[in-house]
Amino acid sequence: MSSPTVETFTVVAEKPTWTGKVRERTVNAFPPDRLLPDAQPAYVASWTYVFGALSIAAFLVVLLSGAVLAIEGPAWWHKSNVGLFVNSIHMWSTEFFFMFMVVHLWAKFFMAAWRGRRKATWITGVLAFVVSIGTAFTGYLSQQNFDSEWIGTQAKDGINSTGAGAFWNVLNFGQMLMWHIVLLPLVVAIVIGLHVLLVRRRGVVPPFAPTKAQLARTGVFVSGTGTFTDTPVPSVSQQQLDLLAHEQPVPQEPPSPPTVQGPPAGPVLQEPPEAPASQSPPAGLSLQERTPELLWDRPEDKP
Amino acid sequence: MSLLAALVHLGGTGKYISWGIVQISLANLIIIGAMIVMLLAAIVLPFPKHETRRK
Repeated sequence: MSSPTVETFTVVAEKPTWTGKVRERTVNAFPPDRLLPDAQPAYVASWTYVFGALSIAAFLVVLLSGAVLAIEGPAWWHKSNVGLFVNSIHMWSTEFFFMFMVVHLWAKFFMAAWRGRRKATWITGVLAFVVSIGTAFTGYLSQQNFDSEWIGTQAKDGINSTGAGAFWNVLNFGQMLMWHIVLLPLVVAIVIGLHVLLVRRRGVVPPFAPTKAQLARTGVFVSGTGTFTDTPVPSVSQQQLDLLAHEQPVPQEPPSPPTVQGPPAGPVLQEPPEAPASQSPPAGLSLQERTPELLWDRPEDKP
Repeated sequence: MSLLAALVHLGGTGKYISWGIVQISLANLIIIGAMIVMLLAAIVLPFPKHETRRK
Protein backbone atom coordinates (compact mmCIF):
# COMPACT_ATOMS: atom_id res chain seq x y z
CA MET A 1 0.00 0.00 0.00
CA SER A 2 2.95 2.29 0.57
CA SER A 3 4.13 1.91 -3.02
CA PRO A 4 3.80 5.15 -5.03
CA THR A 5 2.68 3.13 -8.05
CA VAL A 6 -0.33 1.80 -6.20
CA GLU A 7 -1.27 5.27 -4.92
CA THR A 8 -1.08 6.72 -8.43
CA PHE A 9 -3.19 3.91 -9.78
CA THR A 10 -5.76 4.46 -7.02
CA VAL A 11 -6.19 8.14 -7.77
CA VAL A 12 -6.16 7.95 -11.55
CA ALA A 13 -8.10 4.78 -12.16
CA GLU A 14 -10.85 5.11 -9.57
CA LYS A 15 -11.65 8.78 -9.76
CA PRO A 16 -13.96 8.72 -12.81
CA THR A 17 -15.69 5.49 -11.84
CA TRP A 18 -19.10 5.36 -10.21
CA THR A 19 -17.73 3.15 -7.47
CA GLY A 20 -15.07 5.73 -6.70
CA LYS A 21 -17.65 8.51 -6.61
CA VAL A 22 -19.94 6.49 -4.37
CA ARG A 23 -17.02 5.75 -2.07
CA GLU A 24 -16.03 9.42 -1.91
CA ARG A 25 -19.54 10.57 -1.17
CA THR A 26 -20.04 7.84 1.40
CA VAL A 27 -16.81 8.59 3.22
CA ASN A 28 -17.57 12.32 3.15
CA ALA A 29 -21.06 11.76 4.53
CA PHE A 30 -20.01 9.16 7.06
CA PRO A 31 -16.42 9.61 8.15
CA PRO A 32 -15.43 6.75 10.44
CA ASP A 33 -15.43 8.81 13.61
CA ARG A 34 -19.00 9.90 12.88
CA LEU A 35 -20.21 6.50 11.71
CA LEU A 36 -18.90 4.72 14.80
CA PRO A 37 -18.33 7.42 17.41
CA ASP A 38 -16.69 6.53 20.69
CA ALA A 39 -18.10 9.55 22.51
CA GLN A 40 -21.36 11.43 22.60
CA PRO A 41 -22.24 15.00 23.63
CA ALA A 42 -22.79 15.57 27.34
CA TYR A 43 -26.54 15.99 26.94
CA VAL A 44 -26.91 12.39 25.76
CA ALA A 45 -26.23 11.23 29.32
CA SER A 46 -29.94 10.81 30.07
CA TRP A 47 -32.23 7.81 30.20
CA THR A 48 -34.50 9.46 27.64
CA TYR A 49 -31.84 8.82 24.99
CA VAL A 50 -31.65 5.05 25.48
CA PHE A 51 -35.01 4.02 24.03
CA GLY A 52 -33.90 4.08 20.42
CA ALA A 53 -31.12 1.61 21.17
CA LEU A 54 -33.53 -0.46 23.27
CA SER A 55 -35.93 -0.60 20.31
CA ILE A 56 -33.18 -1.91 18.06
CA ALA A 57 -32.16 -4.48 20.68
CA ALA A 58 -35.76 -5.71 20.92
CA PHE A 59 -35.97 -5.79 17.13
CA LEU A 60 -32.92 -8.04 16.96
CA VAL A 61 -34.56 -10.43 19.42
CA VAL A 62 -37.68 -10.40 17.25
CA LEU A 63 -35.61 -11.29 14.19
CA LEU A 64 -33.63 -14.03 15.93
CA SER A 65 -36.66 -15.67 17.54
CA GLY A 66 -38.54 -15.40 14.23
CA ALA A 67 -35.63 -17.10 12.47
CA VAL A 68 -35.77 -19.99 14.96
CA LEU A 69 -39.53 -20.31 14.40
CA ALA A 70 -38.96 -20.37 10.63
CA ILE A 71 -36.34 -23.09 10.96
CA GLU A 72 -38.49 -25.39 13.08
CA GLY A 73 -41.94 -24.78 11.60
CA PRO A 74 -45.54 -24.48 12.82
CA ALA A 75 -45.94 -27.94 14.34
CA TRP A 76 -42.95 -27.23 16.58
CA TRP A 77 -44.06 -23.79 17.79
CA HIS A 78 -47.62 -25.02 18.40
CA LYS A 79 -46.91 -28.34 20.14
CA SER A 80 -43.52 -28.55 21.83
CA ASN A 81 -42.68 -26.76 25.05
CA VAL A 82 -39.55 -25.20 23.60
CA GLY A 83 -41.48 -24.14 20.51
CA LEU A 84 -44.14 -22.49 22.63
CA PHE A 85 -41.41 -20.76 24.63
CA VAL A 86 -39.71 -19.37 21.49
CA ASN A 87 -43.12 -18.39 20.15
CA SER A 88 -43.71 -16.41 23.35
CA ILE A 89 -40.25 -14.84 23.12
CA HIS A 90 -41.18 -13.71 19.60
CA MET A 91 -44.44 -12.18 20.81
CA TRP A 92 -43.03 -10.50 23.94
CA SER A 93 -39.99 -9.08 22.14
CA THR A 94 -42.45 -7.53 19.69
CA GLU A 95 -44.38 -6.06 22.62
CA PHE A 96 -41.17 -4.57 24.04
CA PHE A 97 -40.11 -3.37 20.59
CA PHE A 98 -43.31 -1.36 20.30
CA MET A 99 -43.20 -0.13 23.90
CA PHE A 100 -39.64 1.16 23.54
CA MET A 101 -40.37 2.61 20.12
CA VAL A 102 -43.42 4.53 21.36
CA VAL A 103 -41.54 5.93 24.37
CA HIS A 104 -38.71 6.86 21.97
CA LEU A 105 -41.30 8.59 19.76
CA TRP A 106 -42.78 10.51 22.70
CA ALA A 107 -39.37 11.63 23.94
CA LYS A 108 -38.28 12.76 20.47
CA PHE A 109 -41.60 14.51 19.89
CA PHE A 110 -41.31 16.57 23.08
CA MET A 111 -37.71 17.54 22.28
CA ALA A 112 -38.71 18.41 18.66
CA ALA A 113 -36.10 16.06 17.31
CA TRP A 114 -36.63 17.23 13.73
CA ARG A 115 -34.70 20.43 14.50
CA GLY A 116 -31.33 21.11 12.91
CA ARG A 117 -31.81 19.47 9.49
CA ARG A 118 -33.14 16.27 11.04
CA LYS A 119 -36.46 16.10 9.18
CA ALA A 120 -35.38 12.98 7.27
CA THR A 121 -34.44 11.32 10.56
CA TRP A 122 -37.90 12.01 11.91
CA ILE A 123 -39.62 10.84 8.72
CA THR A 124 -37.71 7.55 8.61
CA GLY A 125 -38.65 7.00 12.25
CA VAL A 126 -42.32 7.48 11.40
CA LEU A 127 -41.94 5.11 8.43
CA ALA A 128 -40.31 2.48 10.64
CA PHE A 129 -43.21 2.76 13.09
CA VAL A 130 -45.89 2.45 10.40
CA VAL A 131 -44.25 -0.50 8.62
CA SER A 132 -43.69 -2.20 11.97
CA ILE A 133 -47.42 -2.02 12.64
CA GLY A 134 -48.06 -3.79 9.34
CA THR A 135 -45.45 -6.41 10.18
CA ALA A 136 -46.99 -7.09 13.57
CA PHE A 137 -50.45 -7.24 12.02
CA THR A 138 -49.43 -9.89 9.51
CA GLY A 139 -47.83 -11.73 12.42
CA TYR A 140 -51.17 -11.86 14.20
CA LEU A 141 -52.67 -13.22 10.98
CA SER A 142 -50.00 -15.95 10.83
CA GLN A 143 -50.69 -17.51 14.21
CA GLN A 144 -52.78 -20.35 12.72
CA ASN A 145 -55.31 -20.35 15.54
CA PHE A 146 -58.79 -19.02 16.26
CA ASP A 147 -57.30 -15.68 17.20
CA SER A 148 -55.78 -15.20 13.74
CA GLU A 149 -59.00 -16.36 12.07
CA TRP A 150 -60.97 -13.83 14.08
CA ILE A 151 -58.55 -11.00 13.28
CA GLY A 152 -58.50 -11.91 9.58
CA THR A 153 -62.26 -12.04 9.20
CA GLN A 154 -62.69 -8.81 11.16
CA ALA A 155 -59.98 -7.01 9.19
CA LYS A 156 -60.98 -8.05 5.67
CA ASP A 157 -63.83 -5.57 5.35
CA GLY A 158 -61.68 -2.69 6.50
CA ILE A 159 -58.86 -3.63 4.15
CA ASN A 160 -61.30 -4.18 1.26
CA SER A 161 -62.84 -0.77 1.83
CA THR A 162 -59.47 0.81 1.08
CA GLY A 163 -59.15 -1.07 -2.20
CA ALA A 164 -55.97 -2.80 -1.05
CA GLY A 165 -57.91 -6.04 -0.65
CA ALA A 166 -57.74 -6.51 -4.43
CA PHE A 167 -54.15 -7.68 -4.12
CA TRP A 168 -53.57 -7.91 -0.37
CA ASN A 169 -55.93 -10.52 1.04
CA VAL A 170 -55.82 -10.89 4.82
CA LEU A 171 -57.64 -14.22 4.53
CA ASN A 172 -54.83 -15.60 2.34
CA PHE A 173 -52.63 -17.23 4.97
CA GLY A 174 -49.73 -17.99 2.62
CA GLN A 175 -49.60 -14.43 1.36
CA MET A 176 -49.75 -12.96 4.88
CA LEU A 177 -47.05 -15.33 6.12
CA MET A 178 -44.71 -14.37 3.27
CA TRP A 179 -45.31 -10.68 3.90
CA HIS A 180 -44.67 -11.26 7.60
CA ILE A 181 -41.44 -13.23 7.36
CA VAL A 182 -39.87 -11.82 4.18
CA LEU A 183 -41.09 -8.52 2.75
CA LEU A 184 -42.09 -6.43 5.75
CA PRO A 185 -39.16 -7.37 8.04
CA LEU A 186 -36.83 -6.48 5.16
CA VAL A 187 -38.46 -3.07 4.80
CA VAL A 188 -38.40 -2.47 8.57
CA ALA A 189 -34.71 -3.41 8.74
CA ILE A 190 -33.83 -1.14 5.81
CA VAL A 191 -35.79 1.81 7.20
CA ILE A 192 -34.28 1.37 10.68
CA GLY A 193 -30.84 1.18 9.07
CA LEU A 194 -31.47 4.45 7.22
CA HIS A 195 -32.77 5.99 10.42
CA VAL A 196 -29.61 5.06 12.32
CA LEU A 197 -27.38 6.30 9.50
CA LEU A 198 -29.21 9.64 9.54
CA VAL A 199 -28.74 9.86 13.30
CA ARG A 200 -25.02 9.30 12.70
CA ARG A 201 -24.99 11.86 9.90
CA ARG A 202 -26.82 14.64 11.73
CA GLY A 203 -25.96 13.74 15.30
CA VAL A 204 -28.25 13.29 18.27
CA VAL A 205 -30.59 16.22 18.63
CA PRO A 206 -29.46 18.59 21.40
CA PRO A 207 -31.87 19.89 24.02
CA PHE A 208 -33.41 23.33 23.72
CA ALA A 209 -31.09 26.23 24.49
CA PRO A 210 -31.39 27.32 28.11
CA THR A 211 -32.87 30.66 29.00
CA LYS A 212 -30.84 33.38 30.67
CA ALA A 213 -32.56 32.68 33.95
CA GLN A 214 -31.70 28.99 33.73
CA LEU A 215 -28.11 29.95 33.02
CA ALA A 216 -28.09 32.42 35.89
CA ARG A 217 -29.31 29.76 38.28
CA THR A 218 -26.24 27.70 37.41
CA GLY A 219 -23.97 30.69 37.90
CA VAL A 220 -23.48 31.51 34.22
CA PHE A 221 -24.41 34.95 33.00
CA VAL A 222 -24.87 36.54 29.62
CA SER A 223 -23.06 39.79 29.12
CA GLY A 224 -24.35 42.70 27.09
CA THR A 225 -22.39 41.49 24.07
CA GLY A 226 -24.01 38.05 24.18
CA THR A 227 -20.99 36.19 25.53
CA PHE A 228 -21.01 33.89 28.51
CA THR A 229 -19.29 34.77 31.71
CA ASP A 230 -19.21 33.32 35.20
CA THR A 231 -19.36 36.69 36.89
CA PRO A 232 -22.71 38.37 37.47
CA VAL A 233 -23.43 41.27 35.15
CA PRO A 234 -23.64 44.31 37.47
CA SER A 235 -26.22 46.22 35.51
CA VAL A 236 -28.72 43.38 35.36
CA SER A 237 -30.29 42.01 38.51
CA GLN A 238 -31.28 38.41 38.94
CA GLN A 239 -34.92 39.43 39.01
CA GLN A 240 -34.54 41.23 35.69
CA LEU A 241 -32.80 38.20 34.24
CA ASP A 242 -35.65 35.98 35.37
CA LEU A 243 -38.23 38.26 33.83
CA LEU A 244 -36.23 38.60 30.64
CA ALA A 245 -35.56 34.91 30.34
CA HIS A 246 -39.19 33.91 30.14
CA GLU A 247 -39.65 36.00 27.03
CA GLN A 248 -36.27 35.86 25.36
CA PRO A 249 -34.20 32.75 24.79
CA VAL A 250 -30.46 32.77 24.43
CA PRO A 251 -29.37 34.18 21.04
CA GLN A 252 -29.34 31.55 18.32
CA GLU A 253 -25.88 32.28 16.92
CA PRO A 254 -23.09 29.87 17.89
CA PRO A 255 -22.05 30.56 21.45
CA SER A 256 -18.76 32.35 21.91
CA PRO A 257 -16.10 30.83 24.09
CA PRO A 258 -16.46 31.71 27.76
CA THR A 259 -14.95 35.06 28.61
CA VAL A 260 -12.61 33.60 31.16
CA GLN A 261 -8.88 33.90 30.99
CA GLY A 262 -7.13 31.09 29.13
CA PRO A 263 -4.28 30.42 26.75
CA PRO A 264 -4.12 32.45 23.52
CA ALA A 265 -6.31 31.36 20.64
CA GLY A 266 -4.81 28.85 18.25
CA PRO A 267 -5.80 26.01 15.94
CA VAL A 268 -7.57 24.40 18.88
CA LEU A 269 -10.40 26.87 18.35
CA GLN A 270 -11.51 24.75 15.38
CA GLU A 271 -12.92 22.43 18.01
CA PRO A 272 -16.19 23.10 19.84
CA PRO A 273 -15.85 26.01 22.23
CA GLU A 274 -14.57 24.09 25.20
CA ALA A 275 -12.98 25.76 28.16
CA PRO A 276 -9.19 25.81 28.05
CA ALA A 277 -7.55 22.90 29.83
CA SER A 278 -5.42 25.23 31.93
CA GLN A 279 -8.42 27.13 33.25
CA SER A 280 -8.73 26.90 36.98
CA PRO A 281 -12.37 26.07 37.62
CA PRO A 282 -14.30 28.15 40.11
CA ALA A 283 -15.74 26.60 43.20
CA GLY A 284 -17.83 23.58 42.30
CA LEU A 285 -18.30 22.90 38.61
CA SER A 286 -16.39 24.69 35.88
CA LEU A 287 -18.12 27.05 33.51
CA GLN A 288 -17.94 24.41 30.81
CA GLU A 289 -19.49 21.73 32.98
CA ARG A 290 -22.31 24.02 33.95
CA THR A 291 -23.19 24.72 30.31
CA PRO A 292 -22.75 21.38 28.55
CA GLU A 293 -25.84 21.93 26.43
CA LEU A 294 -24.22 24.99 24.86
CA LEU A 295 -21.29 23.09 23.48
CA TRP A 296 -22.83 22.11 20.18
CA ASP A 297 -20.64 19.82 18.15
CA ARG A 298 -21.53 21.41 14.83
CA PRO A 299 -23.35 24.60 13.91
CA GLU A 300 -26.19 22.63 12.33
CA ASP A 301 -26.81 20.93 15.67
CA LYS A 302 -28.12 24.15 17.09
CA PRO A 303 -31.87 24.11 17.57
CA MET B 1 -45.14 -18.98 36.60
CA SER B 2 -48.14 -20.56 38.26
CA LEU B 3 -48.16 -17.65 40.71
CA LEU B 4 -48.27 -15.21 37.81
CA ALA B 5 -51.03 -17.22 36.16
CA ALA B 6 -52.97 -17.07 39.42
CA LEU B 7 -52.56 -13.30 39.62
CA VAL B 8 -53.53 -12.69 36.00
CA HIS B 9 -56.24 -14.93 34.60
CA LEU B 10 -54.99 -15.35 31.04
CA GLY B 11 -57.57 -17.85 29.84
CA GLY B 12 -60.72 -15.87 30.50
CA THR B 13 -62.59 -13.19 28.63
CA GLY B 14 -60.72 -9.92 28.37
CA LYS B 15 -61.77 -7.00 30.54
CA TYR B 16 -62.72 -3.81 28.75
CA ILE B 17 -63.12 -0.29 30.05
CA SER B 18 -65.68 1.93 28.36
CA TRP B 19 -65.82 5.72 28.57
CA GLY B 20 -68.32 7.15 26.13
CA ILE B 21 -67.27 6.12 22.65
CA VAL B 22 -63.82 5.15 23.95
CA GLN B 23 -63.36 1.47 24.68
CA ILE B 24 -60.03 -0.05 25.60
CA SER B 25 -58.96 -3.36 27.04
CA LEU B 26 -57.54 -3.32 30.54
CA ALA B 27 -54.33 -4.96 29.27
CA ASN B 28 -53.75 -2.22 26.71
CA LEU B 29 -54.52 0.48 29.27
CA ILE B 30 -51.96 -1.02 31.67
CA ILE B 31 -49.33 -1.13 28.93
CA ILE B 32 -49.96 2.51 27.98
CA GLY B 33 -49.72 3.45 31.66
CA ALA B 34 -46.45 1.52 31.94
CA MET B 35 -45.06 3.38 28.94
CA ILE B 36 -45.97 6.75 30.47
CA VAL B 37 -44.33 5.71 33.76
CA MET B 38 -41.27 4.60 31.77
CA LEU B 39 -40.97 7.98 30.05
CA LEU B 40 -41.40 9.95 33.28
CA ALA B 41 -38.88 7.74 35.06
CA ALA B 42 -36.40 8.24 32.21
CA ILE B 43 -36.76 12.01 32.57
CA VAL B 44 -36.51 12.08 36.35
CA LEU B 45 -34.02 9.35 37.23
CA PRO B 46 -30.36 10.40 37.18
CA PHE B 47 -28.15 8.81 34.56
CA PRO B 48 -24.99 7.12 35.89
CA LYS B 49 -21.99 9.32 35.24
CA HIS B 50 -18.39 8.50 34.63
CA GLU B 51 -15.27 10.51 34.01
CA THR B 52 -15.68 12.35 30.72
CA ARG B 53 -12.79 12.61 28.32
CA ARG B 54 -11.63 16.01 27.21
CA LYS B 55 -9.29 16.72 24.35
